[in-house]
Amino acid sequence: MASSGLAKTETPIDNNGSLERARVLRSMRLGDVLFESLTRTAAISVLLLLGGIIISLFIGAWPAIKTYGFDFLTTQRWAPSLKPQPILGALGPIYGTLVSSLLAMVIAVPVGLGISIFLTELCPHVLRRPISIAIELLAGIPSIIYGMWGFFVLGPFLAEHFQPAVIDFFADVPVLNVIFAGPASNLSLFNAALILAIMVLPFITAISRDVFATVPVVLKEAAYGAGCTTWEVVWNVVIPYTRVGVIGGVMLGLGRALGETMAVAFVIGNAFKIKASLFAPATTISAAIASEFAESDGLHQSSLILLGLLLFVLTFMVLTAARIMLMRLERNQGK
Amino acid sequence: MGSPKTNPYYAGRKRINLLAMGLCYGATLFGLTWLVMILGTLVSNGLPGLSLDLLTQNTPPPNSTGGGLANAIVGSLMLTAIGVGIGAPIGLLAGTYMAEYGRHSKLTSVIRFINDILLSAPSIIIGLFVYGAVVVPMGGFSGIAGALALAVIVIPVVVRTTEDMLLLVPNPLREAASALGLPRSLVIRRVAYRAAKAGLVTGVLLAVARVSGETAPLLFTVLNNQFWSLDLTGSIANLPVTINNFVNNPDPNWKKLAWSGALLITFAVLSLNIAARVLGSSRNEK
Repeated sequence: MASSGLAKTETPIDNNGSLERARVLRSMRLGDVLFESLTRTAAISVLLLLGGIIISLFIGAWPAIKTYGFDFLTTQRWAPSLKPQPILGALGPIYGTLVSSLLAMVIAVPVGLGISIFLTELCPHVLRRPISIAIELLAGIPSIIYGMWGFFVLGPFLAEHFQPAVIDFFADVPVLNVIFAGPASNLSLFNAALILAIMVLPFITAISRDVFATVPVVLKEAAYGAGCTTWEVVWNVVIPYTRVGVIGGVMLGLGRALGETMAVAFVIGNAFKIKASLFAPATTISAAIASEFAESDGLHQSSLILLGLLLFVLTFMVLTAARIMLMRLERNQGK
Repeated sequence: MGSPKTNPYYAGRKRINLLAMGLCYGATLFGLTWLVMILGTLVSNGLPGLSLDLLTQNTPPPNSTGGGLANAIVGSLMLTAIGVGIGAPIGLLAGTYMAEYGRHSKLTSVIRFINDILLSAPSIIIGLFVYGAVVVPMGGFSGIAGALALAVIVIPVVVRTTEDMLLLVPNPLREAASALGLPRSLVIRRVAYRAAKAGLVTGVLLAVARVSGETAPLLFTVLNNQFWSLDLTGSIANLPVTINNFVNNPDPNWKKLAWSGALLITFAVLSLNIAARVLGSSRNEK
């Protein structure tokens, strides 16, 4: 397309006979070709980046894959300094990653949807922008700040006031008294999940607010006209219309939560042993890497890289599912 | 049928509506409370340590008094500048390809997909990648490795905003420029870039905001340094890792410095975010 445009501009040069113009045009054409190949190279480098990440992690993880194989996924013991060979298993970190992230979503999804409903249906127009910016600022606070705050402020508060109350409340209920068993702890899986919930809240809010805004006003007005309350409009019109997009947003938030590092490393307690209680310390893949990688070597380091590879595969799958859902929503809108 | 006021069916629906809407107000309050509480903690713990020393003195040895974060602040600025300096042009060019040359090509949709994955990829994975690809071959922790890790995080942010912003530029503008005989590359650089300028700057600002608080990818790429150093081939002091090391230490002086550093970094990042938003919205209103 670009070359055909240039070919046309070439004819007047010959008529004009000006060498100067021909020279300028030639340099322009050279610049054109250069610029296009430059942008193409940059675009392809994005693909290479992903390939590079996967290959580099795989190479780093290979000694651990060779040594442990599938046992790595089913072993709970994490003994990096054992002689002659360390025994390392990923079950604890995998459990912690999945449970903390899912629990975070259980907290963040209803709250995030509630905020989006507030912003799209209830909020006075003047306040709409300031409040959505304030919520989005939660996403701007660096991860390590959440970690410090969780460690020094939230953890002690929960251990003193919230956890004992919950433990007492469920003490006589079967099953729940195991999930919420004491003792209360400053560092726990639950604290990590709560911090994660606060961190993914802005992502879920932003996406669900945007997809709520795609609902045609006519649909809502028709429902209001039929006498529906605001809640009935939201529940019967807005949510069904945007379901795919909301799920996409939730998955995107989940992808974030799975890989969150510093905040979790501060508050989860780095315990590789799986405990049934949510109030007990645990660990996640990213927290384990952050706290142990700098002092690791050999098989221990390789195992940490393998953990990283597992995390990448996990988030890759979740994010892919999220993108496919959001793309399906876009396609529906295009129709 | 009774009037809407007395009919129990209507009253029930109204009550459910009231409850649900009350919960929505509650959810918003819940979200805003965290923001206020976190910022409040930062201000109350970090403000006492704010002084000129913070900007002029180097990080002190353990169990001493005084000192500041000068080396860490300068190190962080350097790492961020180099990271964005490497990442932003690549992202800008890649976004340009996707929006201008290959708008409807298969390659573009594949890249867009991969870019979205990279955009949300855990930053600690980026750290592991750079450790394997740069730190190990170079034989040690270095400022370059840290800057490259940040660049990898910058690229997808800039690609995304660049593509989005260039797609917003109306086509007649490009057609008019082409009709004047301008070659494609000049149409893009002189017309499309200029029309999308505010948006492109917003993208870069967001990228700076995103990387300036990143800790995880720096932990095992630059490490940290107690001393003043501008040598990119060795470890460089930087704010996030310094905060991370200081806050977990029982030394009260270190802890105080960590909170002040946290206050600085958070307000820097939040102001960048707000600046980017203001810039982005002033464009939309035009």
